[in-house]
Amino acid sequence: MVNKSPTNPVAIAGQALFYGLFAVIIGYFSTSPKYRHLDDNTSLIKLSFSYHGEPVGECRERTPEELAKLAPNMRTPRVCPRERSPITVKFDLDGKTLYEGMVRPAGLSKDGASTLYRRFEVPAGEHLVSVKMNDNVRVQGFNLVKEEKMTLKPAQILVVDVRKDRGGIFFE
Amino acid sequence: MSANPSLRQSGLALWQRIEHGLDAFFGASGNPLRHLGALGFYFLWIALATGVYLFIVLDTGVEDIHTSIQYYTHEQWWLGGILRSLHRYAADGLVLVMLLHIVREFLYGRYHGFRWFSWVTGVPVLWLVYASGIGGYWLVWDQLGQFSAIASAEWFDWLPVFREPAARNFLTPGALGDRFFSLLVFLHIGIPLLLLLALWVHIQRVAHSDVFPSRVLALGMFVTLLALSLVKPTVSHGKADLSMVPVLLDIDWYYLFAHPLMYLTSPGALWGMAAAFTLLLLALPLLPHPKQPPIAVVHPPNCNGCRRCFVDCPYDAIDMLPHPDKPGHQLARVIPELCASCGICAGACPSSTPFRSVETLVTGIDMPQQPVGALREEMERRIAALDGPVKIAVFGCACAADAARLEDRSTAVLDLMCTGLLPPSFVEYALRGGADGVLVTGCREGSCAYRLGTRWTEERLTGRREPYLRPTVPAERLRIAWADGHELSQLKAELAHFHQTLLSLAADEKRPRAYTPRRIQHG
Repeated sequence: MVNKSPTNPVAIAGQALFYGLFAVIIGYFSTSPKYRHLDDNTSLIKLSFSYHGEPVGECRERTPEELAKLAPNMRTPRVCPRERSPITVKFDLDGKTLYEGMVRPAGLSKDGASTLYRRFEVPAGEHLVSVKMNDNVRVQGFNLVKEEKMTLKPAQILVVDVRKDRGGIFFE
Repeated sequence: MSANPSLRQSGLALWQRIEHGLDAFFGASGNPLRHLGALGFYFLWIALATGVYLFIVLDTGVEDIHTSIQYYTHEQWWLGGILRSLHRYAADGLVLVMLLHIVREFLYGRYHGFRWFSWVTGVPVLWLVYASGIGGYWLVWDQLGQFSAIASAEWFDWLPVFREPAARNFLTPGALGDRFFSLLVFLHIGIPLLLLLALWVHIQRVAHSDVFPSRVLALGMFVTLLALSLVKPTVSHGKADLSMVPVLLDIDWYYLFAHPLMYLTSPGALWGMAAAFTLLLLALPLLPHPKQPPIAVVHPPNCNGCRRCFVDCPYDAIDMLPHPDKPGHQLARVIPELCASCGICAGACPSSTPFRSVETLVTGIDMPQQPVGALREEMERRIAALDGPVKIAVFGCACAADAARLEDRSTAVLDLMCTGLLPPSFVEYALRGGADGVLVTGCREGSCAYRLGTRWTEERLTGRREPYLRPTVPAERLRIAWADGHELSQLKAELAHFHQTLLSLAADEKRPRAYTPRRIQHG
């Protein structure tokens, strides 16, 4: 049995050993081993948007009879359907489809934005990036298209987004 | 279920060996493994205290936050840098001791019965510690913070709770505004405060809770963290750049291990693992366990309202009410759902003295399965049956080394539910009733199944806590030897040594005068 007196050298040595081990465990795992999040010569493409599709139907003018039935403060002459179109997306890289799907609008009345977030790890270098979307159920085919040759540096992030105020699909 | 207890027992045996190894250097009161909860509190206080300074010097502008941290890390390393490192390492230490605390309590089987509350309320603490710590990494807004923020957002986006993906907040370099870091600072202060509240709830059913380590241990740990801060100061990665992926990271595995795990599997799989682990912890108290023995019972005619049981109860299971029959007096009341059935209250009761002349000894608060009256009768009978030059009475503990195996013709063993049940006057009674010596054994400090049985018994027998063992009892004839379950051989050696000591004493040397019970028959 070790004498636990504060001046006992064996007890002090045992305590020092413990504290040293504690420091090593804390210090080592606080930064090590290193974690490689992305392979060498790899880039990341993020296909993401939060976008309101077009209304599912045409807007129309209310008739004078319809307007008369409404309260004076509700008499807006133009009425549009509330529901938004889902967004159809096709994302190709070098001719190969990486994502294809339909993103439905949010909300119980389907009047919210369609949102998407997908990440794709791709080899760095030159790629043909092609994104096609349809944001209007009343239009056949893809009404939003962007195709561009891009050179991606290793670890670079390419964001593919769509916004009306940026003129549709854009790469950033 | 059958594998669980044996696995737990094997783990406990290994754990106890390590604990006992450290006892040799630290003593039980300073042994870090016996005070993991207290160390957790201590590390949290260090993190909170150092965090105050870091908050003062932090600039929360999106362009300035990284620069301000770099300034006090490198230019002001002698204050800001050291405090930052202490903040980080104390937070890491908190995770380490918290995880060890969970393992230890599990191995000791302290997660069911009356302990369910402390176990279950510990689960949110686990989540809050991680929520507090991970947010701290974002605040640095270096590449590691960027990685953690995006990984966390991508994890939460798996849940259908956000109107739009949270990860879009980190999509492009211009996506973040200054307000983001103001909000983050608010969360990094608010969540730890919530953590303190959760910890307060966690220890609500634990009296005399161990929330601060001994001065020596606290000093040792502080010096360790300070030395680590000087040898390996915490530094930032490069400034966050949302147009680039942070590739190679010096990750803090204590807090951020979940991110690599998510990228190795998927956000859904990580949610599944987190939910399964949480539910497992929450469900453990619900699994079949041995039925709890009967709880303590108060006998109002023998309770004088002295409050000793109220003070000594390790689980706040006793409160004091006005005595219905004695005006101006109080009466103990047992709260059934909190009672651990340990009997420490019976050991504290002054009415438990065996010198009372009543035929049937009934104390103020007693355990139905091991009443003090029955213990007196058994002790008298067993001591009377002893033979040999030295007669020893041993008071053992059902949770510690199996004292019953010490039994022979000159040694009578009385096994208690917990050594804390032993009223100190029983030692004197045994010596005056024919025993040459009394050996008291039980769990080592920190191993007591009921937390305080060992401590209270030692303090009572050494005159530091009421009810006292009278100072007229010769110390040479009392031996206290704490021994955990696997330490029977040490206990045997201690008994043999005590036997030799008693042999060396003359028959009448330092011996209290004999006592012959005078019983009054109550009708």
